[in-house]
Amino acid sequence: MLRTLHRWPGVFALALVMVLATSGAVLSVFPVAERFSTPQAEAGLTVADLAARIQAVYPGVEQIRRAPSGRITAFWFDNGAPGAAVIDPATGKGIASADPDPVKRWLTDLHRSLFLGDGGRIAMAIGAVAMLTLSVSGAMLVARRMGGWRRWFAPLRGPTSSRIHTGIARVAVAGLVLSSTTALWMVASTFNLLPDGAALPAFPSEASGSTGASLATMEPLSVIAATELRVLSFPFPGDATDIFTLKTDRGTGYLDQGTGELLAWTELTIWERISETIYMLHTGEGAATLGLALGVMALGVPAMGVSGLVLWFAGRRSRPRLSGNHSAKGAGTIVQVGSEGGSTWSFAATLQQALSTAGQHVHVAPMSDFALARYPQAEQFVILAATWGEGQAPATAKGFMERLAALESVPEAPLAVLGFGDRSFPAFCAFADDVARLAAAKGWAQLIPVDTVDRQSPQDFARWGHALGAALGMELVLEHVPAPPVTERLILVSCRNYGIDVQAPTAILRFSLPERTLLQRLTGRGIGGFQAGDLLGVLPEGADLPRFYSLASGRRDGFIEIVVRKHPGGLCSGQLLALEPGQAIRAFVRHNPAFHAKGGKSPLILIGAGTGIGPLAGFIRGNSRKRPIHLAFGMRHPDSDFLYREDLAGWQADGRLARLTTAISRGAEPRYVQDALRAESTELIGLIQDGARIMVCGGRGMAAGVAEALTDILAPVGLTPLTLKVEGRYAEDIY
Amino acid sequence: MKSILAALALTTALVAPGLAMARPVTLTTTLNNYGGDGAYLVLYVTDAQGAYAGTLWMAGGKSKYYEHLSDWYRAAGGSLAQIDGITGASVGAGRSLEITLDLADALFDAGYTLHADAAVEDMRDSPNDIAVPLTTAGVGQAVPGRRYIASFRFDM
Repeated sequence: MLRTLHRWPGVFALALVMVLATSGAVLSVFPVAERFSTPQAEAGLTVADLAARIQAVYPGVEQIRRAPSGRITAFWFDNGAPGAAVIDPATGKGIASADPDPVKRWLTDLHRSLFLGDGGRIAMAIGAVAMLTLSVSGAMLVARRMGGWRRWFAPLRGPTSSRIHTGIARVAVAGLVLSSTTALWMVASTFNLLPDGAALPAFPSEASGSTGASLATMEPLSVIAATELRVLSFPFPGDATDIFTLKTDRGTGYLDQGTGELLAWTELTIWERISETIYMLHTGEGAATLGLALGVMALGVPAMGVSGLVLWFAGRRSRPRLSGNHSAKGAGTIVQVGSEGGSTWSFAATLQQALSTAGQHVHVAPMSDFALARYPQAEQFVILAATWGEGQAPATAKGFMERLAALESVPEAPLAVLGFGDRSFPAFCAFADDVARLAAAKGWAQLIPVDTVDRQSPQDFARWGHALGAALGMELVLEHVPAPPVTERLILVSCRNYGIDVQAPTAILRFSLPERTLLQRLTGRGIGGFQAGDLLGVLPEGADLPRFYSLASGRRDGFIEIVVRKHPGGLCSGQLLALEPGQAIRAFVRHNPAFHAKGGKSPLILIGAGTGIGPLAGFIRGNSRKRPIHLAFGMRHPDSDFLYREDLAGWQADGRLARLTTAISRGAEPRYVQDALRAESTELIGLIQDGARIMVCGGRGMAAGVAEALTDILAPVGLTPLTLKVEGRYAEDIY
Repeated sequence: MKSILAALALTTALVAPGLAMARPVTLTTTLNNYGGDGAYLVLYVTDAQGAYAGTLWMAGGKSKYYEHLSDWYRAAGGSLAQIDGITGASVGAGRSLEITLDLADALFDAGYTLHADAAVEDMRDSPNDIAVPLTTAGVGQAVPGRRYIASFRFDM
């Protein structure tokens, strides 16, 4: 519901909202410029003195106005010609043209009515409603995603467009809510929907009939500070029945031109005051700094619009059309999907295809549809569940837990739960775990144990499918192809071989960076920006599924580098290690922001073994600002698989690498990288207390060993790898 | 150019003297290129004593801005009943407003004066931009205005 409320105004009113925001942002500069270019009235200057000064210079003065910025404008009629100027209050002399700025007028007309009069005003009001709807629903989505309003500014994780979108929104939403609500008030005011019309005193029937009172001595004018003035209109020359009209911040009154007496006075109504305050908040006229801040926030709208569209398209593209979906009533296998962005649906489609091929009747539906009575033929239930934010139910699983908890009896057909998530989140697959736990507590039989799929890994999914097939007594091959990746041809430039003597043939492969055509740049295709820690997806010949390798270089390095170890019988690694310089592979870059070194001056503790050094070496190479980096590297034998040996020595010499610790696992005293960490525990604690960030790259076993060692090392100071992970200070790239 | 044929929609003060004796009069108001948004204009008539007699036309749709047509607003008391049915769009800079009305014969050569007040957003108000005596001798004579109105004439 919230998502729908956020999506459709975003899609349909995008152009309108972008025009509103961009023109608003530019307009916000004018009040600031006016404020700083305007000479301000000296303290203590009264309206009487100001008016007398101006009248001395322009005897035919008809009206004096003061804008909220302090700008004073006089209008006069001398020798049969009208004149106007911006006035220096110190001298009463004109210093600049009073004509409205044509650029500002053009922008204002665009901003409020698209140059289309009242119809355009209504269109722009709809734009403001869309903006308000987007802001409010967006704020609620952010709160849900971050795990509560109090975690509003917690570190962001997830794909780049989502982080851009949320990152800007968190800051800008306050300004956008203010701008759009005040805009709607102003539209209502313009269309006379509010009782905020000017309250003018009744025109006095009796004036003294005399003329010529001196401005400087008019009592009402000499008690009002010039800074309170809005408008002073002079009587028509030669008309003794006419009067002075005075408007100030407090109200409107009439003055006799013969006696200077105040003939009538009306205070501003509360509605007028509210409308004026709202006008000030919206335009920044009288509150220039606030206006500029709102303008800056509005500048975030185009970026949010584009990233929002990217997210929407990505979500749509990844949702497959399910063909041959059985009705709930007749299906034997009920597949329930809890998906947020849509990617889990494509896994459901793969599962449905495979099970249908095996002769099963499968019904796939969102978890939010769950209702036991609908599945009379059910033989087994499968739940594929993503996790939203810090462990909440994803969009299509809303209400599932409540319904499950309310069940009086669970079905006899057993249940299999598979969680989808990203290990870089602390709440990895937390929702799937919750579902499985509650089902177990209700006594629902388990078909196979709960399993997880990390970052949409086809391998994880295939492994789970194998287990599911075994439980169902069938051969179940789940070949999940997310979406055929668009690959680029990469040519091998150089290859450094290691580890042959220790039965671990490994190579550092460097490919040239292909030029991006203009078309590719515009459409976001080709290999764009990337950095060490991102992934290179390599499509081996004879397979549809890409294999992912951590990148050991960034675009700034000007080449693409990966570290590959040959696995016995490995299709892709075999092909890569057989490459000769000049030969090409097909590959693409996938961003992996969870494993970026990020900026900052705090120390980095890099821990890796074997090919895991790849991205870590990339971080060190890119460390031109010389933040303290400590590398702990595990290898088999220094003479055989000491990857990047010469480079590391060079980086140490030029200050990019502060300290290198190695652990050698073959030889008289085998030592693993976690052992090296334990030996340096005091120093590690010091670094971590200084705000160091830990990044671990390598195999699952090594990562587990490192986590265990760090748990022991950090226990005395009350920290754990998990608490560091929650703070975004412990990142793992595990394979 | 704008051509509007208004029905006999004047206030009773203007049409009472001789309802049967009326003739179509075309009022043409041409604006300067004053470099601002569309102007609000109001055309109204005062009698020989300078008292407000009635409104002929209001160009500008939003009543909240009528206070800027200050002489008219004062004279007519800001009453919207005065302009019911005789309201049109505001007039752009450099454009003309042409309206045709059935005016009572009794209005001519009897000391009545036709006034126009004008106002533009973010620019100064211009009450009494035009003040033309309603005389048969003045028919077809273009009269210059004070600020926003370049010229005004009436033809019959």
